[in-house]
Amino acid sequence: MTDFLRLDFAALLAAMLAGGTCGLLGSFLVLRRESLLGDALSHAVLPGIVVGFALTGLRSAWPMLLGALGAALLATVAITWIRRAARLEAGAATGLVFTGFFALGLVLLEVTGARNADLDIDCVLFGQLETLVWLEAAGLASLLDPAALAGLPRQLGLLAGVALAACLFVAAFWRPLKLLCFDPDFARSLGLRVGRWEILLNLMIAAAAVAAFEAVGSILVIALLVCPAAALRLMTDRYAVQVWGGAALGAGLGAAGVLLAGPLPAALGLDFALSAAGLIGTLAGLTVAVALQRRRRFQAL
Amino acid sequence: MIGHNTLVVLLGCAALGVAAGVVGSFALLRGRALLADAIGHAALPGVVLAAMIVSLLGGESRALAPLLLGAALTGVLGLLALRRLTASGRIRPDAAIAVVLSSFYALGTVGLSIAQTLPGVAQAGLSSFILGQAATLTESDAILAGALALGCVAVAVALFQPLRALCFDEAFARAQGLPVRALDLTLLGLLLAVCVAGLPAVGLVLVVALLVVPAAAARLLAGRLPGMLALAALFGAVAGAGGALVSTRFASIPTGAAVVLGGLVLFAGALGVSRMRRA
Amino acid sequence: MSAPPVEIQGLTVRYGERPALTGVNWTAAPGLTAILGPNGAGKSTLLKAALGLIPAAEGQVRFFGLPLEQARPRLAYLPQRASVDWDFPASALDVVAMARLPRTRWFGRLPRAEREAARAALAAVGMADFADRQIGRLSGGQQQRVFLARALAQEADLFLMDEPLAAVDVVTEQTILAVLHGLVRAGKSVLMVHHDLSLVQAHFDQVLILAGRVVGAGPVAEAFTEPAIARAFGGLPGRTPTEAAA
Repeated sequence: MTDFLRLDFAALLAAMLAGGTCGLLGSFLVLRRESLLGDALSHAVLPGIVVGFALTGLRSAWPMLLGALGAALLATVAITWIRRAARLEAGAATGLVFTGFFALGLVLLEVTGARNADLDIDCVLFGQLETLVWLEAAGLASLLDPAALAGLPRQLGLLAGVALAACLFVAAFWRPLKLLCFDPDFARSLGLRVGRWEILLNLMIAAAAVAAFEAVGSILVIALLVCPAAALRLMTDRYAVQVWGGAALGAGLGAAGVLLAGPLPAALGLDFALSAAGLIGTLAGLTVAVALQRRRRFQAL
Repeated sequence: MIGHNTLVVLLGCAALGVAAGVVGSFALLRGRALLADAIGHAALPGVVLAAMIVSLLGGESRALAPLLLGAALTGVLGLLALRRLTASGRIRPDAAIAVVLSSFYALGTVGLSIAQTLPGVAQAGLSSFILGQAATLTESDAILAGALALGCVAVAVALFQPLRALCFDEAFARAQGLPVRALDLTLLGLLLAVCVAGLPAVGLVLVVALLVVPAAAARLLAGRLPGMLALAALFGAVAGAGGALVSTRFASIPTGAAVVLGGLVLFAGALGVSRMRRA
Repeated sequence: MSAPPVEIQGLTVRYGERPALTGVNWTAAPGLTAILGPNGAGKSTLLKAALGLIPAAEGQVRFFGLPLEQARPRLAYLPQRASVDWDFPASALDVVAMARLPRTRWFGRLPRAEREAARAALAAVGMADFADRQIGRLSGGQQQRVFLARALAQEADLFLMDEPLAAVDVVTEQTILAVLHGLVRAGKSVLMVHHDLSLVQAHFDQVLILAGRVVGAGPVAEAFTEPAIARAFGGLPGRTPTEAAA
């Protein structure tokens, strides 16, 4: 038990929080047909994170979060502007902007020397669930011991904060968000400031992407944002099930990935561990495939 | 000042840029450019699997050809998955692309975590496929990628007329009796080939930019398709060779990043010129 | 006399360089008004610009003598049919209830009274039995009636509708026309973009004929004339009112 708390608990919690938050907000991307924006935001936050880190020299949550949100905002503005200025379709404009931001982030990582600290390319590409450990844990009692809890990896603090904010955001603005997704023109005719709501929603998604980024890496954030929501799109016609179900599925996938990454190869008699983040993404893709298959059978009846 | 190997690598990257410019132009006009993102990411499990198989068979796990073959194979699987998803009617193309690219990439990283424990594969430098590292290409690698790219250019140029008709007006092309489905598949095949050829140098995360950016820049300046293709090829070549040059000089900067940023500088210039012309 | 439902002064709208509407001056009388004109005449553009959904280059629009922001609670909008995702996870009742957003708090369950108001609007268009059906599983005409119910649920005084009769079945057409006449009898006004010239004489009180600018406006008897139609539609054969009505 103590071993589990020390070695797996933090990663499990991080994966569940990341999966739940991204799964919750992902439905809004998929329903608004802006999944590629998830792709864009999860890449575009990189230069912001690096700059936030380079300016303060701290790898603490706030500078990174602020930098990332700034970069995300800049990227969405750039996409809108380039679509208009260069008369490009949304997909191409998105591809152009996010690859640019990501490339800039990679170069900044080298130039600022952030790489030599502990922000490295592997974290960007594969996440670092495996490094999240809780060495202060000495048993179940540690869960109630403030001194031991203080030793939890700091990434969990950001993840928990963003998860809470996302839940409150969705619950408090349940109806406007639904209307925004379903029929923005009508929302506008009711006097809703659609543009501002979109910015707020995108910032929320960017915050989720930053928080999850540290756990599963930049590219697998996309899997958590889009796969649970897409799977639910294939399974339900009810909005509440779509939105909260996406969160539950995301959290479940996070947990399953972490729990299987160690034991699965052991059960197969292999002596190494699989990448937990990769396993989460793979399971997420499989979930969509299964939902697709079941739906076909259902429709054939 | 530039060694023979470096020169060959630069030429290979330039050829790659030419192919990406030409094929990317058609793909952009057909609204398919972002498929390159899905293909690129979907290639990772294929690369890893190929490396593992080659190593298990006792072969040289650094040989490029089997890796590219594996990349093409899972790239095709990714495209098939994409089609299944969108055929459901429930999953829009944008969501389908995101699902495919992220879950195939995830599978690839699981594969990498296994491959790193196999002694023969660990040294294959598989992770350079993710961000691209032109500097590590051997002369024969560069020749292989360049030849593949030039083959794509040849096909695209030979099919110029029907591809133009397809991209401009699908309904009209169909009415003219053109085999629209076959042409679309050909275009997809070219896209796949360019992506795969681009992987070792530019990397899977950013290969989509090589297809989108030169084409988008060229479209801003050219009024007609032949001009757009020529400009896109030129921009692609400059970005490709320039990016490769930068990354051979500063080894820590991934080639993909240098290529993309070079392309974006060209794009910004094109945007500026086109706005000045309109004003 | 009370202020007119709509008063438009010098309204010009451009898409990029291309003008979509130029110098529209028009005052609507109460009742049922058809906005007519060929494709690209600026009919939908007029509604969208009036509601602030797209920016106007010049001009101003007043509703009941008030600027848009103050008049908003008195306006209802029915957009063109194709503009939503029919796979969206929402029931007919969900869609109608969205109209009550400005009157309700934003979180938690919809209050019972609001839910009942939405049900009543569905019943008014003959869709009470389909309240819990996912919108994609309704026929085209039924979908159109759900959206009309959503506009009704706004409890407005002026309804702006974009082609509600386009490509609907006979039952839906009859239902919509009956609802519109009911609204007018209750003292409401309706502004409707419309394409079927044959219905104009029988059902509408006024017309506004557009072709990038105003080519005709007024009561049907005075303004719905062959020369005005010919000017708007470019004298296309078979598009004159008498022929279309035949």
